[in-house]
Amino acid sequence: MTRHLMTKFIRGIAVAAMLGTAAVSATANAATLRMAWAQDATGLDPHKQTAFPSLRLLELVYEPLVRLDADLQIGPAIAESWEFSADGRELTFKLDPDAKFHNGAAVTAADVKVSFERILDEATGAVARANFLSIEGIETPDEGTVVFKLSQPDAPILTAMSDINAAIVPASEVEAGSIGTETVGSGPFKLDEWDPNSKAVLDANEEWAGGTVGIDGINISVLPDETAILAAMRAGQIDFALLNDPLVATLVPREASLQLNRAPVLAYHVLQLNPSRSPMTELGVRQAISCAIDRQEVLDTASLGEGKVTGPLTIPAYATDPKELFCYERDIEKAKKLMADAGHADGFSATVIAATGEPPTAAAEAQVIQSQLAEIGIDLDIRMMELNVYVDTWLKGDFDMAVALNGGRADPYTMYNRYWTKSGNLQHVANYIDDTLDSLMQQGREETDPEKRKAIFADFEKHLAEVSPWIWLYTSYGYTAQQKTVQGFEPSPTGTLFGLSKVTIGQ
Amino acid sequence: MNYLARRLAAFPLVLIGVSVLVFVAIRLVPGDSITAMLGTEAGLLTPAQRDALAAYFGIDQPWLVQYWRWVTGLLQGDMGISVTYGKPVLDVILQRFPLTLELALLSMFIALLMGIPAGIFAATRNERPSDLGVRIIAMVGQSTPNFVFGLLLIYMLSAGFGILPAMGEFAPLWEDPLRNLSQLILPAITLGFAFAASVTRVSRSAMLDVLNEDYVRTARSRGVSARGVIWRHAFPNALIPVVTLSGIEFGYLLGGAVIVEQIYALPGLGRVVLDAILQRDYALVQGCVLFIAFNFMIVNLLVDLAYVALDPRIRLGER
Repeated sequence: MTRHLMTKFIRGIAVAAMLGTAAVSATANAATLRMAWAQDATGLDPHKQTAFPSLRLLELVYEPLVRLDADLQIGPAIAESWEFSADGRELTFKLDPDAKFHNGAAVTAADVKVSFERILDEATGAVARANFLSIEGIETPDEGTVVFKLSQPDAPILTAMSDINAAIVPASEVEAGSIGTETVGSGPFKLDEWDPNSKAVLDANEEWAGGTVGIDGINISVLPDETAILAAMRAGQIDFALLNDPLVATLVPREASLQLNRAPVLAYHVLQLNPSRSPMTELGVRQAISCAIDRQEVLDTASLGEGKVTGPLTIPAYATDPKELFCYERDIEKAKKLMADAGHADGFSATVIAATGEPPTAAAEAQVIQSQLAEIGIDLDIRMMELNVYVDTWLKGDFDMAVALNGGRADPYTMYNRYWTKSGNLQHVANYIDDTLDSLMQQGREETDPEKRKAIFADFEKHLAEVSPWIWLYTSYGYTAQQKTVQGFEPSPTGTLFGLSKVTIGQ
Repeated sequence: MNYLARRLAAFPLVLIGVSVLVFVAIRLVPGDSITAMLGTEAGLLTPAQRDALAAYFGIDQPWLVQYWRWVTGLLQGDMGISVTYGKPVLDVILQRFPLTLELALLSMFIALLMGIPAGIFAATRNERPSDLGVRIIAMVGQSTPNFVFGLLLIYMLSAGFGILPAMGEFAPLWEDPLRNLSQLILPAITLGFAFAASVTRVSRSAMLDVLNEDYVRTARSRGVSARGVIWRHAFPNALIPVVTLSGIEFGYLLGGAVIVEQIYALPGLGRVVLDAILQRDYALVQGCVLFIAFNFMIVNLLVDLAYVALDPRIRLGER
């Protein structure tokens, strides 16, 4: 009898304890997403920050006029609708009347005007300015309408406006000079606290005009080591993580409770030749290098096959099948003949620069390329550099060859005008231009018909691969990992985490 | 002038030397704040944009002017503004330092608690198997790099037991002591283990030396018990090398144990300096290094004062 009572009592306690834990865990899971990444933002001014982690954070807080969806199609953000005039010299936006900044003020045409004036002002130091030089004037006929007057037809300007570097900030904050210290945006989250390289706390913006946010907020932890991020996810301490290293990412599916999201990205891995340095000045030598490199092998060895061989254009709507491009099938005999015809039958020595750990595959890529080029007599010396030293050297164009991971853009013109137009700001880094490349870029800029644009850029891509100033290698994936309880995240080729605004957390 | 005053008077001289060194060193590294912030996109800037950003980062002036501005600011207690954090450098340091101090204290506590008894134990059993055992363990501890030991700990705990110290969101001691300790205990063990190994080796050899001294033999012949000889007579003198070692090690730990902070994702001073160097956040690097140097000097001074307390034969300040 007493024994029976005892068991009952224990059972009662056990049930109570279970209910208790359930209640506790329900409140503990109060739908705040615990997120981790290895690198933190480096600043909060949306017009000045260009580093990948900074953009990922600011995209949750600020909004541009328009936004790219997962298929890279332009959709509404602050602007509800937009229209080019018939001659392509006027671009008119109608703003969403519900759009509000985090301080409660409505987003008006005046804010848009001030934001673009800030970007165009050289004293700001906004890198995106280069994309908006065709803007001659900004008119605001009423609170909800903005008209951009352009000096020439400029189709890619709309894509450039979808970038967070063209975010709309409140005119009042610009006037107060507090952009970069205060974060008043109109996006799905408010930045509540930011402790650089340690943590960031975001609260859902309940008045967001873009819809209802599925979570209460996001707590972002900076865990500098990606294997530690994986361990923390395994231990259930982290719900969602941004990963860079394919080696770590491929381990995620081994955990039953975790899910890996993999999306092809626009950024491309490339071997840049410096055509202003002998013997890369010679077309034959550059083409020989292109023929001597087995791009698939580079991808398989350096990046575990995590990616896809690519030509110069990585945007799905514009990309040509690599098989149609010059020498995308490795051809050593042809490479040797090209070298001999150029007078370098015995090969030559050159150095290649690469940044340590940025991307994580850089050193491995350089090594594979080194061994492949050795087969046609090119003796490659690898120089690994700390990222900032690399960037400095790269910007000076002070290299024979460079292993690089370059960011992509949703429009071929904004992606490549910096390198392959005569007035491109990075022409001194690319060190190669010909009339065909320049003229095709100009045509592509002015053409608004999508089919005609495609044809122009297909020619551009073929020509670029043939003159081989660079050897395009492959595009990789953007990775995020999540607990299976997290639902509704949609990855994007731009790598944006904006999809977190739609995420919910199940039990 | 007495010893303490003379030592304190040397502080500013050393700090000026350190300030010049760090100021020049960080500027000799290629790549400036602008390329650190913008990466390869920095190439898109027009000259006017570049000038505007240089003025914003305070790198538009010649080095001498920059240095003069920084030093005059320092004298007024202003260490400058960290451009990445958008906060005064001193605020950043004071925010991160408690963690580093706590970690250093915990590691030292662990090291002394393990190392001193182990060293004395080994010394009193000189050349016996138990002595050999302690020495081998100490050797392993000393030669295993911190990060290997730390990663092993993390791996065993996460892969073996599915638990981990709560990473990322660091809780200060005064807000949540339990959580704080659970976060710091593994890093403290990681750091303390290697530290304990050196303490063991040093205290063993110091103890052996002292046990051969005349006054120990005298004490023994007077019939003092073995335990009494060791603890009352030999121990205080054997402590001196241990104090020296601990001082150096502690000063080093106050600078932040970069690798361990990185592995355990602790927002301590070591990581601040590392990130600041990578970001070319000049004011922050300068401020942190100066702060670390200052700590080192204070610790050294305390070590010297401890000698006097331990051995009355040492008179500081006598030539």
